[in-house]
Amino acid sequence: MTQKILAAHAGLEKVQAGQLILANLDLVLGNDITSPVAIKEFAKLGKDIVFDKNKVTMVMDHFAPNKDIKAAEQCKMCRDFCGEKEITHFYDVGKMGIEHALLPEKGLVTAGNVVIGADSHTCTYGALGAFSTGVGSTDMACGMAIGKAWFKVPSAVKFELKGCLRQYVSGKDVILHIIGKIGVDGALYRSMEFTGEGLASLNMADRLCIANMAIEAGAKNGIFEVDDITLDYIREHGGAEPVIFKADDDAVYDEVITIDLDNIEPTVAFPHLPENAKTFDEIGDIKIDQVVIGSCTNGRLEDLVAAADIMRGHKCAENVRVIIIPATQQIYLDAMEMGLLRTFIECGAVVSTPTCGPCLGGYMGILAEGERAVTTTNRNFVGRMGHVGSEVYLASPATAAASAITGKITSPWEVMSL
Amino acid sequence: MGGHELMKYTGNVIKYGDNVDTDVIIPARYLNTSDHKELASHCMEDLDKTFVSRVQQGDIITAGQNFGCGSSREHAPIAIKASGVSLVIAKSFARIFYRNSINIGLAIVECPEAVDGISEGDKVEADLDSGIIRNLTTGKEYKTEPFPEFVQKIIENGGLMQSIANGIIA
Repeated sequence: MTQKILAAHAGLEKVQAGQLILANLDLVLGNDITSPVAIKEFAKLGKDIVFDKNKVTMVMDHFAPNKDIKAAEQCKMCRDFCGEKEITHFYDVGKMGIEHALLPEKGLVTAGNVVIGADSHTCTYGALGAFSTGVGSTDMACGMAIGKAWFKVPSAVKFELKGCLRQYVSGKDVILHIIGKIGVDGALYRSMEFTGEGLASLNMADRLCIANMAIEAGAKNGIFEVDDITLDYIREHGGAEPVIFKADDDAVYDEVITIDLDNIEPTVAFPHLPENAKTFDEIGDIKIDQVVIGSCTNGRLEDLVAAADIMRGHKCAENVRVIIIPATQQIYLDAMEMGLLRTFIECGAVVSTPTCGPCLGGYMGILAEGERAVTTTNRNFVGRMGHVGSEVYLASPATAAASAITGKITSPWEVMSL
Repeated sequence: MGGHELMKYTGNVIKYGDNVDTDVIIPARYLNTSDHKELASHCMEDLDKTFVSRVQQGDIITAGQNFGCGSSREHAPIAIKASGVSLVIAKSFARIFYRNSINIGLAIVECPEAVDGISEGDKVEADLDSGIIRNLTTGKEYKTEPFPEFVQKIIENGGLMQSIANGIIA
């Protein structure tokens, strides 16, 4: 699928793995951390305009609402640039959400697109059948200037999904299981392609979460075969006309891995790598200090519903801080109307405006030395959420919610007595 | 920049292991700036507090698999380059770090044999044009693959933006 999309965007009939190409871009994304560097690089070319003001987007989500004076200055730089260049899709506080939840919601990505973003989790949009990958700020500057990016065409690993997920198991458990199996460089430079009859049991939140963490296996991109669930989502969110690329029957893969969704259990990635995946038969009593439910990985409405279903009627454990962050304004509003915010607050959690803040140890939930957090985010590297002596355990919203109630890392199956 | 003479690097080695991620190369708490010197002053802080005080102009970093994994932050190769490091030799690089380094002109090369054969503090000379890495301390030599022509052009032009300015990429 990836190779076909890239060929079409490079004006070539066919491309091969390893080939270097220059591809046309449908969307170029940056955030408040990466865009300032790109803006400085862009300025070196002395160009007055970007290649297409409707195909560049900046989202102020990492350190916004501004966490300090320097962050404020970085956001101001983006705001001024977007104003000057008349960028249509500039998302500031009040309109912004976490970029990888926001762009699909706003219909800015459709199947068949080629998207680059100066954020590693740009691979999220592969869930929509797009080729979408994270790049650096200089690539973003180049993209803004000429609407193109250079790529080495990746080879692919196919994940054939079978069966159906059990209750309280989600896309997050699937991707943690996969990364545990293949390792943090298990798909290095390659494309992870997801297909098979098991797709039918994965909603868009599951798929966006799985594609989101393709980068944690080192992949260039993660991409899902387009089906009715994808098309319905694109249509509902006002996305442009989808172009569907299907893998050929004789497509060449480096490897084919079958994943039986029936067998996936609640899974937790232990510090300090996402590949340290464990299921609850291997997990003892681990006391925690904080829970974060949110991020580009798991801050969608389905994630909040899953957490609320478990937290409803319970109280957060003594001495556990629980932070819930709806990923976009729309999700926030929907969660409010569904009564989820009341559930969370009554349980003893705080609910925050959309931000990436705690996921990368920026602000809004930094850990002290020796503290442990169960989070629905995507990385558990040393010092990721605060002190170098703190620990991050990655889990699904259901597992995070169950852990919030008990104060230790807990399977949702245990809390819901399945 | 440009020219083959500039593809030669000599320096003392600072050695790290596998999966050195961008969060330890430059922690996110310092990403509220894009100032090169300020970023360099926190380089490697969460992995090796001594790095900033001991790194010398021209030093070479060697590392294991998947160097630079994690975030797309270009601040990571910028911090390494601005700290004075001339070259990173790793068994493999995470892909965004790899392209960012090429785009900003930080020299990098993949060579698992060299990484295994080079120790902390060794003096190393690398010629990326011929693909020869020489450990001057032990006298051993290692061979690497040269960059593809397209990537070589970006490097010779001093990075991606300069390549666009020079009309190499349009």
